Amino acid sequence: MKRTLLVIAVAVVYVLHQDFWFWRTARPLVFGFVPVGLFYHACFAVLASLLLWLLVKHAWPSHLEREAESQTHDHEEEAR
Amino acid sequence: MIPAIVVFAYLGIVLYIGIFAFRRSTGRQKAEDYFLASRSLGPFVFLLSLFGSNMTAFAILGSSGHAFNNGIVTFGLMASSSALVIPLTIFLIGTRVWALGKKYGFMTPVQMFRDRWECSHIGTVIFAVQAVLLLPYVIIGIMGGGTTLATISGGFVPFWFGGAIVAMVVMSYVFFGGMRGTAWVNTFQTILFLVFGAIAVVVIGYGMGGFSAAAEQLQASPATAPLLTRERISPLYFFSYTFIPLSAIAFPHILIFCLTARKMVQFKKTVIFYPLCIMAIWLPCVFLGVMANRVADVPQIRAKQEARRVLATQGKTMEPEQRDQLREEAAGDDVILRLLERYAPLWLAGLLGAGIMAAVMASDSQILALSTMFTEDVFAFYGGKRRFGEAVQVQTGRIFVIVLTVVAYAIAMRAPEAIFDLAIQYAFSGFASLSPLLVAALFWRGSTKWGALASTVWTASAVVAVAAFQAAVPAPAPGPPTVIWSLGGTEILARTPGGTAVFGFMPVVPMVIVSALLMIVVSRLTRKPSEATIERYFERAA
Repeated sequence: MKRTLLVIAVAVVYVLHQDFWFWRTARPLVFGFVPVGLFYHACFAVLASLLLWLLVKHAWPSHLEREAESQTHDHEEEAR
Repeated sequence: MIPAIVVFAYLGIVLYIGIFAFRRSTGRQKAEDYFLASRSLGPFVFLLSLFGSNMTAFAILGSSGHAFNNGIVTFGLMASSSALVIPLTIFLIGTRVWALGKKYGFMTPVQMFRDRWECSHIGTVIFAVQAVLLLPYVIIGIMGGGTTLATISGGFVPFWFGGAIVAMVVMSYVFFGGMRGTAWVNTFQTILFLVFGAIAVVVIGYGMGGFSAAAEQLQASPATAPLLTRERISPLYFFSYTFIPLSAIAFPHILIFCLTARKMVQFKKTVIFYPLCIMAIWLPCVFLGVMANRVADVPQIRAKQEARRVLATQGKTMEPEQRDQLREEAAGDDVILRLLERYAPLWLAGLLGAGIMAAVMASDSQILALSTMFTEDVFAFYGGKRRFGEAVQVQTGRIFVIVLTVVAYAIAMRAPEAIFDLAIQYAFSGFASLSPLLVAALFWRGSTKWGALASTVWTASAVVAVAAFQAAVPAPAPGPPTVIWSLGGTEILARTPGGTAVFGFMPVVPMVIVSALLMIVVSRLTRKPSEATIERYFERAA
């Protein structure tokens, strides 16, 4: 269930990148000089960072690290 | 001249860092130490140097130049899509490659492919395609260095000499410092650019009398108002660009860099902070590139604006060569430097120029990656390491660094295209098209070496076909594309002012899709590797 929700979250963020709603307008100018389309995509980068934080927190492949460390340890033992 | 002196001092510091790193590894003529820093990089260096490896002349000079001519769309096209796709691929693929490298001792992607698919010469084909596609990246680094030094010194240092200096400095610290030297230099450079990028925005904004007035003036003029929106770009073209960042994880220098982390946990901060680092670097570059259109008192920028105006109004009646000439004149790769020259005090312009230089010199990672690939995938694989020993292998890698830099420099002095176009059309699309190989190797038990070969040959053919098509059919004037092939009212193949369109998409979209389909279809039709090999790659999670 958790994995499904995370996949949906990734898909939603990807779709949000295709923002047709600010396509033809520069206004409002955020802070008086940043066109809204540019501001939206700067916010998108922050959203991407939050998504990655979620993935790291809930879908980190820790088994890979355990396997790699144990196998490396085995090789070192053999070498000795 | 003062800015140029500051930049030269900076180059001296960079050289020192590279040589300092070399001293630490003296006496350890191990390939793993020279090429991978003994897989020992800590979290701070890992994040900043991995990010720095991706920030090249393309990101700094190319992005501001592209924004100068195309507007704010540049950020959405490349930066924000990269902010999502690149860390996601590092999370999914980079961590797995790190674990496999740690387990089986891989130093290059081709070593992993050879082991995973039980192949030898097919691995050599993949190496050759990767190497040819990576070369443009090295070339744009040298071109960016030449442009930067020439501009900062007010023409005192000519383009050819500036390019030569940058090539020599990069070659020297890669030669002596290997991966450790390169990683520390990249870390230093990334910090420098992150700090000075912010200063550049403040100083130039102050010099221009504030950005609010500049933005209002751009908005008020019909010629420049579209630069603050995306109305000149089609949604299909915009969507196409989300495929380009797939190239990042397929770039050998990025994948090889993933092998240098001491612990897998170091990937955590890297993937979380990567989008924010992209925003911190690209936002100022894109914004300043757009704002440069408001500048009226810098003759070089005025000349670019005039060339663009003539191209837009009279381009249709011109010969293709005249249009190409005007495009070259309108190219904005040096606008950010022109702004610094005009608005920053001399000493600060030097510091900011050094910051830009930092990003431009990121081609070090590509040079080292090519050297690693050559010595591991060719020299060692075909018996060189067995016959001559590991010390000779490392020396071979160093000689390769020199030969490669000289070749790249020679090409850079002759290549006429704008930095952005050169990079995007060949290297990025090609590597994006190779990304299905990684996905198949790591996530699909049924993939085979023949599927990998089919994808690789397709990628090479498609890159050559796009290049040949664009050489044969001249770019039209700004406006509607030249349709070459249509069926039932659907435009299948068209030449656009900026490149090629297939069904309205950039070529990267069909390239990636066909590459993935070939991997699937050909793998299903051919024999899989032995069950023992597959089991080593798909052990069950505990």
